[in-house]
Amino acid sequence: MTTEALITVMAEVAPDAVVDTAGEWPNFQVSAEAWPDLARLIRHREDLRFDYLFCLTCIDWKTQLTMVYHLSSTTHRHTMVVKVKLDRETPVIQTVSDIWRTAEFHEREVCEMFGVDFTGHPDLRKLILPDDWTGYPLRKDYEDPVNMIKL
Amino acid sequence: MVEEIGTTDKGELIINVGPQHPATHGVLHLVITLDGETVRKVEPHLGYIHRSIEKMSESLSYRQFIYATSRMDYLSAHINNHACAMAVEKGLQLEVPERAQVIRVLMGELTRIASHVLWWGAMAMDIGAFTPFFHAFREREMINDIMEESCGARLTMNYMVPGGVMYDIHPNFHRRVKEFIAQFKRKLPEYDELVTGNTIFRARTRGVGVLSKEDAISYGCSGPTGRASGVDCDIRKVQPYGIYDRLDFRQIIGKEGDTYSRYLVRMQEMRQSLHIIEQLIDNIPEGDFQAKTKAVLKVPKGEYYSRVETARGDFGVYLVSEGGLTPYRIKYRSPGFSNLSALDHTVRGQKIGDLVAIMGSFDLVIPDIDR
Repeated sequence: MTTEALITVMAEVAPDAVVDTAGEWPNFQVSAEAWPDLARLIRHREDLRFDYLFCLTCIDWKTQLTMVYHLSSTTHRHTMVVKVKLDRETPVIQTVSDIWRTAEFHEREVCEMFGVDFTGHPDLRKLILPDDWTGYPLRKDYEDPVNMIKL
Repeated sequence: MVEEIGTTDKGELIINVGPQHPATHGVLHLVITLDGETVRKVEPHLGYIHRSIEKMSESLSYRQFIYATSRMDYLSAHINNHACAMAVEKGLQLEVPERAQVIRVLMGELTRIASHVLWWGAMAMDIGAFTPFFHAFREREMINDIMEESCGARLTMNYMVPGGVMYDIHPNFHRRVKEFIAQFKRKLPEYDELVTGNTIFRARTRGVGVLSKEDAISYGCSGPTGRASGVDCDIRKVQPYGIYDRLDFRQIIGKEGDTYSRYLVRMQEMRQSLHIIEQLIDNIPEGDFQAKTKAVLKVPKGEYYSRVETARGDFGVYLVSEGGLTPYRIKYRSPGFSNLSALDHTVRGQKIGDLVAIMGSFDLVIPDIDR
């Protein structure tokens, strides 16, 4: 599907999404409430079939957190980016690990690095950091005098 | 880390493999639940060599952050560097000279062969054959020597810079690569004789650890691990970068998705890489090896994503810039991390002895997973 066609279809399935076409792939910004249903839909809908979640991460914008999902389709070969803004104090979002299994590990990483709570995730224990670690290292205001070397 | 040893209520045994274990090829810690000899569950515990390269990159300049990525997948250092350089080039809209493009691909494919050769030796060793390892290192040594001459390093090359490559290739490069091609062509059939056709090897790998196409896609598997399950995920083909769209090579796709098929995909890929090198080695264009760039790079505000095919699969650099001297945020999408997440699913119901074979065929590089 071409980028134009993709934007048309997305306007139909997610009318509230904010579209941004400045980058290489179209960006759609949706709300945390709308995301779980939309995720299921874009994964299964015949003409979209976004079955390959190749990157899942988070960005700390100091005032809010933004979840970033890079998705592509192995059948239709189109790619898009979905972004969800989260409150920085209580970041909560529904897991997508039941839709794309790769999200299970990626969400665990985002959880320990940014403090995002993924509801419905089967196992949100720490994956990379030690179990007793406090703080979220990839947040911009994180300070650690012992483990961090300032350049 | 909590000590996890003992038995479950169902009488299953919990054992730890690693963090230091010859079969894990690095500091990977697996907590395995066993019912007799059958694996019920595998839980990877990561982070023993986590350095938070993503956080580090936020305080490094656009020339510096590339060097840290050689320390992730150290067997694909060139290709990692290539992805980072490309992300910066996308931001700066830099045109890379043709000579640099060709050198990049040549180095990238040599890296791929070196990585696959090492994997071949290690995979055979995992299954109990020690000899192949020495054969593999003989050929790998030749590539490392070529790298050393041109890049100044054998493992963490840091040869790619935004706009091209750091120095021109060494005068010996052409001759040495020619020698390598001749040697490797002679030796590849020996590899097949030693391992591929071996009855014991086949018995240990055929039908073992089958990963279906649907699962491979869902788990985000890429590289030879994904392609052995039938996913056409070679970034060089599906989203060509550099000069790959002008080169003649095939994307190797398997059918069975078992350990043997992952093995065959890598063996065939070495031949394809050799084919690419043969096309380019006599046709390196004259010209600049680096585009003219400013001393201090400032990437305009925006988001840039570059994808490359490393020896392990789809490696991505997601660069977020606020227009400053350093990246605002960098995410490295490492192929090993996603491939590892499929391990538990693949080994459930298999024998513990096969776990080692399956892990070998996944070709995990731990610094790539931990980052």
